[in-house]
Amino acid sequence: MIDSTVLSVVMPELILALGAIALLMIGVFTKDGEAAGRTVSWLAIIVLVIAGVAVFEQTGTASVFNGAFVSDSFTRFLKIVILVGGALTLLMTFDNFGRAKLLLFEYPVLVLLATLGMLMMVSANDLIALYLGLELQSLALYVIAAFKRDDVRSSEAGLKYFVLGALSSGMLLYGASILYGVTGSTSYATIASAVSLPQMTTNVGLTFGLVFVLVGIAFKIAAVPFHMWTPDVYQGAPTPVTAFFAGAPKIAAMALLLRFTQAALPAVASQWQQIIIFISIASMGLGAFAAIGQNNIKRLLAYSSIGHVGFALVGLAANSAEGTAGVLIYLAIYVAMTLGAFACVLSMRRGDRYVENISDLAGLARSDLTFATILALLMFSFAGIPPLAGFWAKWYVFLPAIKAGLYPLSVIGMIASVISAYYYLRIVKIMFFDEPAEAFAPREGRTFAVMALSAVFTVIFVLPFVGGAVVDAASAAAAVLVPGHAL
Amino acid sequence: MTIGLGHYLVVAACLFTLGIFGIFLNRKNVIVILLSIELMLLAVNINFVAFSHFNGDLVGQVFALFVLTVAAAESAIGLAIMVVYFRNRGSIAVEDINMMKG
Repeated sequence: MIDSTVLSVVMPELILALGAIALLMIGVFTKDGEAAGRTVSWLAIIVLVIAGVAVFEQTGTASVFNGAFVSDSFTRFLKIVILVGGALTLLMTFDNFGRAKLLLFEYPVLVLLATLGMLMMVSANDLIALYLGLELQSLALYVIAAFKRDDVRSSEAGLKYFVLGALSSGMLLYGASILYGVTGSTSYATIASAVSLPQMTTNVGLTFGLVFVLVGIAFKIAAVPFHMWTPDVYQGAPTPVTAFFAGAPKIAAMALLLRFTQAALPAVASQWQQIIIFISIASMGLGAFAAIGQNNIKRLLAYSSIGHVGFALVGLAANSAEGTAGVLIYLAIYVAMTLGAFACVLSMRRGDRYVENISDLAGLARSDLTFATILALLMFSFAGIPPLAGFWAKWYVFLPAIKAGLYPLSVIGMIASVISAYYYLRIVKIMFFDEPAEAFAPREGRTFAVMALSAVFTVIFVLPFVGGAVVDAASAAAAVLVPGHAL
Repeated sequence: MTIGLGHYLVVAACLFTLGIFGIFLNRKNVIVILLSIELMLLAVNINFVAFSHFNGDLVGQVFALFVLTVAAAESAIGLAIMVVYFRNRGSIAVEDINMMKG
């Protein structure tokens, strides 16, 4: 007999798991393929919303399954962000997949399974739970990267993502096995107490395991030097899939990183801080320079996402409650902006053909001022221009870094931010000042709603009841992980 | 000479390194990459079982069983993606996977 408290703790995951199974059945037994895809997509959005409500219903801190699975304000904050991101990306798939004859019921089911894996990653408090959540997410993502079966680019994206993803899982597992051997346990709590013994700070095995696990996670968040799959996968995968990749999976992997470093290994913070600082600087630098020469907007957004991961890691490098809260705020704002940016990419259509080049945006302001204004706002926000949300995201990660005395990291971050502003502003310049290219086809309601929502969010984040609410929730979430006063 | 924990760890480390080199040095065929990934995961399993035995703790063996299960699912998906790729491109040579660059 299962304890009812266990059920209440894992309720959001149960809803997603049962929902995915039920939707699979509905899809299989519906005769008409396209109708099945449409129905199951809507039902999947409803399942995600119900899971979100179940997350909202939870209170307090609870851990079940021998402490392998936890639920607290940290997991709730990130789960809400992931579920909202997942639901909005599903909402954007209808028109694009409908035209590409890809509106199949398997896609929403795979998205639900991937989201289930992400929720498990967020709640994982044990190396086994971490691995299972990560693999559930990754296996579903490999398939949807190659979802456009007859397209060579999409299947190449799937193949590359699979090979490098499996390699990173192997690295992570090897690290996990060494950590298990050195500390004698897979539970974060036991690992933390084993690591805090004085003789462990000089243990070579511990450092080895830590480095391997961090390499594995760095692959998943696409941080330099483990980013090489990102541009190819983002470009090759169908655009709605790319929109999904850029948001929710990164949040889940960052959550994994935050909990692993701060709940399992707080005693060796000085060791992992060095690694985080290095990959943060490398990611910000590459994100700033490599995106400059890109012509494909999906590729540009891929490099931009690498840069943003670098900025988010600045908060983790500070290793304080404030820094962790900063990372959470950054992730929430990043997801909101990225969803809007991909909604814009999904609206770049001439006739029945979707276009992806930056030059296709030329003179957009003259044919569609609303679209151009929204994309310009999002680009300003990405570049971190006050008072838009992107500025506050950077503010809340750099402030703790400066308080922690990480001056070189902060200065390099600011410089990278200024350099990356070049390619964001170039898009604005192309839209507003270049000779007009052929106009785009009329916008579609659902996609336009997402980009308008995202643009409005970036503008009103400065208001206390929007930004303040996010900051308060993130501070409460960070306080669970890192003792100390947050913001 | 008795076989101790160190021996198992060295074997596992060798297999793991072979797996990684198999992925990066191989220029011929994607199937070899799948084999290499499998080799890495088996090296990890040796580690887990050896630690489990020498630490006197069963969790490592449970973990090894989970890894085996997931590895099976992973290679099924990898082979499926490879079949799809072969249908589109007509080749699974590693140097032909180059449609996107930069």
